Amino acid sequence: MSAVADRAERSRLTLAETIADSRVMAVRQLRKVMRKPVFIVFAFVQPVMFVLLFRYVFGGAINTGGVDYVNFLMPGIIVQTAVFGALMTGIGLSEDLNAGAIDRFRSLPIARSAVLVGRTAADAVMNVLTLGVMLLVGFAVGFRPDEPVWSIALALLLVLGFSYVFSWISAFIGLAVRDPETAQSAGFIWVFPLTFASSAFVPTESMPGVVQAFADVNPVSLAVDAARALTIGYGDALGPALGTLAWLAGLLVVFVPLAVRAFRRA
Amino acid sequence: MTAPAIRAEGVRQTFGDVVALDGLDLEVTQGTVFGLLGPNGAGKTTLVRVLATLLRPTGGRATVLGHDVVAEPLAVRRRIGLAGQFAAVDEELTGRENVEMVGRLYRLSAPEARRRAAEVLERLSLTDASDRRVSTYSGGMRRRLDLGASLVGRPPVILLDEPTTGLDPRTRQELWNTVEELRRDGTTVLLTTQYLEEADRLAQRIAVVDHGRIVAEGTAAELKGAVGTEMLSVRVADTARTAEAAAELASLAAGEEPIADAAAGEVRLAVADSSASAEAVRRLDARGLAIAAVELQQPSLDDVFLTLTGRRAEADEETAAEAADARVGEAA
Repeated sequence: MSAVADRAERSRLTLAETIADSRVMAVRQLRKVMRKPVFIVFAFVQPVMFVLLFRYVFGGAINTGGVDYVNFLMPGIIVQTAVFGALMTGIGLSEDLNAGAIDRFRSLPIARSAVLVGRTAADAVMNVLTLGVMLLVGFAVGFRPDEPVWSIALALLLVLGFSYVFSWISAFIGLAVRDPETAQSAGFIWVFPLTFASSAFVPTESMPGVVQAFADVNPVSLAVDAARALTIGYGDALGPALGTLAWLAGLLVVFVPLAVRAFRRA
Repeated sequence: MTAPAIRAEGVRQTFGDVVALDGLDLEVTQGTVFGLLGPNGAGKTTLVRVLATLLRPTGGRATVLGHDVVAEPLAVRRRIGLAGQFAAVDEELTGRENVEMVGRLYRLSAPEARRRAAEVLERLSLTDASDRRVSTYSGGMRRRLDLGASLVGRPPVILLDEPTTGLDPRTRQELWNTVEELRRDGTTVLLTTQYLEEADRLAQRIAVVDHGRIVAEGTAAELKGAVGTEMLSVRVADTARTAEAAAELASLAAGEEPIADAAAGEVRLAVADSSASAEAVRRLDARGLAIAAVELQQPSLDDVFLTLTGRRAEADEETAAEAADARVGEAA
């Protein structure tokens, strides 16, 4: 009798169950972060420092033509912050791996993707918060977006999407290297060139040929260009926005399966 | 016919050149506690990871309540609870939140998860601490909480990987009581341990693992029959009379003949119980043999290994010392 019941047992989880599991995992992560207020404050210190450094130290020496440097800078630094924020996903997952939490989750009857979906979703929520802080800091130092609100909202959505996709890359790296410190250093290795060899802080025309060629196809540049166009009307929006979306779609297709595979083998 | 709670058939697990499990066979009857005894690196944790569907075995087959760990991982996961060597609980969450979360992941409804979590916390004497953050918990409390999390879904099979390693004697005792309660409730428990005493106390059947294989299996009594319950060591003052002392004590030996070390004046033998030490003193006294020292030792994992495999276990000093501490603590 029990054998019959066993055979009838579902061997796959429903979408509703997957979503429910992911939600539990997201709530776990948000609770954990919210209870570390000092950690949150420090997470904001770094991007704010970048804003102040570039606005008041480097800004005067950077020629952005007709546009105020602070207006040029803020979309760039917002994208940079979003990418840096994504590093936390991988670091956190490798911490969970080392603490045995991932083992426990993998031994439970939950969706394989739930831990990753939940974690990246929670990190996205944190990014909304970070984005808000960045905007406030931006306004304080003179950032004046003059495009319509819907356009600015689109820019923010694009940045959030960008950060979300990079969370998956970071998740893959964190689970593959398995160690929080390594995940952190490994993260900086790709994040620094990607964010600095881009249009985030200086116009790419000022860079030497090879670097400029890299910067021009760099997804960070495309996202920054789109965000600039959508917030301060600097340049064309559609081209870079479509370019960004194409990159994000491509990266998702590659890194979601890679991250899930790394999770299964963790 | 009921399926065994756990069955492993020729399970092999290799990591590159390293063979962690070398064709391991095992069968655990439902509703029993099964002790897997072995030193560090014997393959105990690897087997637990295979059974918990965390590792895909390189070869062989393993089932939990008739469900194949490779072919039906979800069915297996619905039936197991895992508590590992490290307390896999979240520091920033409260004890209650940790257990409730795992309850939700076992697909309990929110009220059900709350109710079950409260029950489990009560059972593990964590009710008073349940609304405190885990970061304020002691090591033993964390380990209990971790065990609690594995119980909240009421899985019929619990896998406990060295649940008491590094715990103080009192906490160890509490965990033991919990395992005994689980057995009374009809839960099957697979327990790995480095401590003979622990397996002896909790498990109906014990398997000794070495180099990824089972080298001996039986009830505690059967295994102890092979090594004697306790090791008696007597040192006589006059080393020249060591052989005489050995002959006098031979009939007290539970297992093999006494081992005499004439240089040290020492006679070592496995004895059935601790009353043998008083009897040994009486006999030697009656023959006028002055005694320099008498020591009664619990057979260590080392003794079991020595007897079963003819060589010493590679258990490190620290582990042996911990086990000894635990025994002293328990006796006190």
